[in-house]
Amino acid sequence: MIDRDAHVGVVSEPRTVRVEEGFLKFFAKATGETDPVYLDEDAARAAGHPSIPMPPTYLFSLQLSAPAKRGDIFDKTGGIGVGMDRVLHGEQGFTYHRPIYAGDRITITTTTSDIYAKKGGALEFVVQETRFENDRGELCAETRQVTVVRNG
Amino acid sequence: MAEPLDAASIAVGDVLPELVRGPIDRKTLALFAGASHDHVPLHIDTDFAKAAGMDDVFAHGMLGMAYLAQVLTRWAPQRQLRSWNVRFTAITPLHATLHCRGEVAELFEEDGERRARLKIGAWTDNNVQTLDGEAIVAISKDRK
Repeated sequence: MIDRDAHVGVVSEPRTVRVEEGFLKFFAKATGETDPVYLDEDAARAAGHPSIPMPPTYLFSLQLSAPAKRGDIFDKTGGIGVGMDRVLHGEQGFTYHRPIYAGDRITITTTTSDIYAKKGGALEFVVQETRFENDRGELCAETRQVTVVRNG
Repeated sequence: MAEPLDAASIAVGDVLPELVRGPIDRKTLALFAGASHDHVPLHIDTDFAKAAGMDDVFAHGMLGMAYLAQVLTRWAPQRQLRSWNVRFTAITPLHATLHCRGEVAELFEEDGERRARLKIGAWTDNNVQTLDGEAIVAISKDRK
């Protein structure tokens, strides 16, 4: 069982990353995207964007691209230390406040907000909430992730 | 890119165009792992997946969610998407084809704009639902 008291309420250190245009294009191709706005900077500009927009679910990837030293679900030293062979993605939510584009610098902070068990502890659920702010300190987006840990 | 929506033409029960992606093969998963920064080996290493008690590698939940996002951004420009969430209700197995769907469930006012609540989901070609959720999309005007 995960030590709930040790992990609930833990807030990661802020991690600042640049949204890389090459990765957004790679992501678009890897997901079968055909909308040129997500594949081509000129098409994005023609549609009124400053550069290629970050697609709705890439926030999750941005977060994975910069794992936290404190509170990461897999990290055995400073995090929760769950084995990668035991996880399933349970739920994922996104809330958007401001668009994010290729080239933006985003600061990511993740809080472990809850951990609970079901089926007598055979399954545990780790809830983590993440905030994404731009260089002006404006909140751009929030995510909520539930990871299921199989203890069976 | 989707054209801005005309709120007057949207009604409860409207069905969004279905998006079909797949079959999902090992190359799909390898490329998505690289592009999405999700390197959990359950999705790309058969030996690891079998040792973990799985039949084989299976699709990242977020691959299905990325497909489902395209249903939304084809219906309305991304900047009109306010929030959405899904539950991953079943694993998407290797070789599955996903059918991603959405339907207008409710129209309402919030934060000074007209919004639609959509029921959204993804199903395999064997009609197993793998994603189940909802999305809130602004349909009247851009906020700011």
